[in-house]
Amino acid sequence: MSEIGIGPTGKLMRRDAVKALLENRDGMLAIGGLGAPAWDITAAGDSPLNLPLWGGMGGAAVMGLGLALAQPGRKVCVITGDGEMLMGVGSLATVAVQRPRNLSIVVLDNEHYGETGMQETHTKHGVDLVMMAKGAGIADSRLVRTAEELLKLRADIHAGNGPIFAQVKIDEGTQPLVLPPREASILQNRMREAILGPEAHLQ
Amino acid sequence: MQREQLESAPTAAEAWPDQIYDLLKQHGVRQVGLVPDAGHARLIKRCLADNDMKVVACTTEEEGVALAFGAWLGGEKSVLLMQSSGVGNIINMLSVAIAHRTPCPILVTMRGDFGEFNPFQVPMGNATQACLEAMGTLVKRADRPEDVAETVNATLRLAYNTYRPTATLLGQRLLGAKTFGK
Repeated sequence: MSEIGIGPTGKLMRRDAVKALLENRDGMLAIGGLGAPAWDITAAGDSPLNLPLWGGMGGAAVMGLGLALAQPGRKVCVITGDGEMLMGVGSLATVAVQRPRNLSIVVLDNEHYGETGMQETHTKHGVDLVMMAKGAGIADSRLVRTAEELLKLRADIHAGNGPIFAQVKIDEGTQPLVLPPREASILQNRMREAILGPEAHLQ
Repeated sequence: MQREQLESAPTAAEAWPDQIYDLLKQHGVRQVGLVPDAGHARLIKRCLADNDMKVVACTTEEEGVALAFGAWLGGEKSVLLMQSSGVGNIINMLSVAIAHRTPCPILVTMRGDFGEFNPFQVPMGNATQACLEAMGTLVKRADRPEDVAETVNATLRLAYNTYRPTATLLGQRLLGAKTFGK
């Protein structure tokens, strides 16, 4: 397992955290929320199993739900940001009611809108996404601050005991851009082909 | 005033909600995203009673567009059921279906459309078709019961065969306007 570094703020380094979650992923599908999480999953290694989002802010969790319901035999991990999650926070209730065992939602929480000038999000001011997810009914909702907790999260995600919600406190430092393909029909159809084979294009 | 008088819903004698359900089965729809509307009540009941359909009640309509994208990523066809006021909630999320080229058929029961009583329904009802079309959605309308099945079928076929958001607007004439005795 690769090392999970600690940033100047004493919090986990986002790229290391995402790499650890996706290493040896065994076919796990990943959706990366708009902004830095999409670059993070790409930095961990671009793959047809990745769906980095260039838009649709607030939709990542329910995209993961639709995918998890369609593919119950595969793990689905939504990796998104605190701003993106806050915009679609009602989706925690929608996910909780469906109880998909194969779905995890991991919020990389840097307490800022990183792509628009580092304005503070509500999590900077005490809004507790774990409590909100618990209140929605996702029983396994947890705060992750340390490398040890992150590795436990990784193990539980891969065990398929979802739904799991995790708020991972990460260092707010900006990382170099690692951009995925921008043509979204390719992003969609390469994942469909990876899951369904060539038949995907004849559905 | 009775609660039933407040609802815009087809009478039990109308066949078209069951015809829509039959079309969803014919097309192999496996996921049904929805925010409830009285006009869709019977269709929703039919879908809930079907073990081959996963019915996902959403807190807002834009979740339904996101759901359609996730479902298609995993190889399942979906449909989104909503009321016209919900169209205002999905405008930006439609970019997800457009950019990825995702089949996203939407069946919209109209309010603010024909003999509306509630002033708050009128602005969005009046703008429903324009908003959808401004976002690249192919829109068809059905205002008579005998047109519903054919129109919904066209909307489903356009979405699944040409990979885009499409919509049928089910006119308020079909549903009966809420009058509150006015």
